Amino acid sequence: MALTVDEVLAGIKEIVVEVAGIDANIIAMDKKFTDDLDVDSLSMVEVVVAAEEKFGVKIPDEEVTKMATVGDAVNFIVTNGK
Amino acid sequence: MTRRRVVVTGLGATTPLGGDVPSTWEALLAGKSGVRKLEDEWAQNASVTFAARVAVEPSEVMERVEMRRLDRSEQFAMIASREAWKDAGSPDVDKERLGVVIASGIGGVITLLDQHDVLKEKGARFVSPHTVPMLMPNGPAANVGLELQAKAGVHAPVSACASGAEAAGYALEMIRNNRADIVVTGGVEAAIHELPMAGFASMKALSTRNDAPAKASRPYDKDRDGFVLGEGGGVLVFEELEHAKARGAKIYAEVMGQGLTSDGFHIAAPDPEGHGVTRAVKLALADAGIPLSEIVHLNAHATSTPAGDVAEANALANALGSDISHVAVSATKSMTGHLLGGAGAIESIFCVLAMHHHKAPPTINIENLDEAVTVDVVRDVPRDLPKGSIACLNDSFGFGGHNVVLVFKSFEG
Repeated sequence: MALTVDEVLAGIKEIVVEVAGIDANIIAMDKKFTDDLDVDSLSMVEVVVAAEEKFGVKIPDEEVTKMATVGDAVNFIVTNGK
Repeated sequence: MTRRRVVVTGLGATTPLGGDVPSTWEALLAGKSGVRKLEDEWAQNASVTFAARVAVEPSEVMERVEMRRLDRSEQFAMIASREAWKDAGSPDVDKERLGVVIASGIGGVITLLDQHDVLKEKGARFVSPHTVPMLMPNGPAANVGLELQAKAGVHAPVSACASGAEAAGYALEMIRNNRADIVVTGGVEAAIHELPMAGFASMKALSTRNDAPAKASRPYDKDRDGFVLGEGGGVLVFEELEHAKARGAKIYAEVMGQGLTSDGFHIAAPDPEGHGVTRAVKLALADAGIPLSEIVHLNAHATSTPAGDVAEANALANALGSDISHVAVSATKSMTGHLLGGAGAIESIFCVLAMHHHKAPPTINIENLDEAVTVDVVRDVPRDLPKGSIACLNDSFGFGGHNVVLVFKSFEG
């Protein structure tokens, strides 16, 4: 069964809370990882590895560099997930 | 041109005796031991089952997310530097004139070993991207420098158990040489883990007094059988005298000088003749330019190893001659354990407070004083030091044959 945007967003929220200690309520599709959520380039690696585990999807490095917002990550996972 | 003078305007620490400087100093004067049996599962069947863990866990004073990005040694550095900076009055300073010199003997060894476990158990992909910044020995200095936005230079001299003292000496020179007006300096260590403990035990360096941990660190006692591993760290704010006066800073003591030598003798054993130590003391006293009659206190390296304590005492006696008779010697590792790279830093704090309060902390656990020890050891209870202008020495030595001697003096205004 395909993943929905809501499911993936909820999962990404959990991961960002764990990695960056950000209040879940401010995490939304339009938020930028670096500028809005205190996820720097190192912490982004943690987010990606955790997301790959959670959703069983491979996120190539060249895709990671394009993921500026939470929405970018959610949409990639929804499109490429099982 | 007269030499720029350096004073101490802030102190911070997290040690086996307390989570800050006041609680640590109070426990030190009370002669309390910070050494305890380890609760960790790995320690239960080890050859040494005790150590001196910090009295207050970082998790009690630090946010979870900050903790997961910092090695335990870096956590100690942040906790101690925040206290020291606040104690100095959180001065608003030119960041290009602000430096940091914080050392560690081993660096982020716990992170290294934990991530090696992750690598073996789960695979390379799961190794944390924070691994390298957490394990590098300059990590404690770098993180403090980042928080304070220090831009005059951030350094981390590494010389095993002399690292913390060497950092203070480096900080002194940064200010003397006009590279900085304020330098946050210190040393930290977080190596209570089965591998470093097994390594030290394998060298026969650790006490194996498993049945009485609080009695295990006993410098100068006849039955001493090795050091007790401790963790934690200390941070001092060094400041150029006129800079400190101009902002009305509280001044604890003056940093008078340093002496550095190396043994060229053995990778781990002390030179039994103590030539390198004697030379370091003489160099430090010459750098300080004060009469020997003013030296009334020594915070000794004295780790409670059979060979080291006596070699050190003899070397000090040789360097000071008959003036050794008015030096009150304290071996505070009897209470804190040995903080390795953090030792020279917390013991510098103890020296600064001894000068400030005119009081030498005690040495505990001496049941039978080793007859070979001829220096005047302060035993069991603190001792009042003379009023007026007084000075003291803090000596630190590290595996590799590193000798560092620092001189602190009471500040009379």
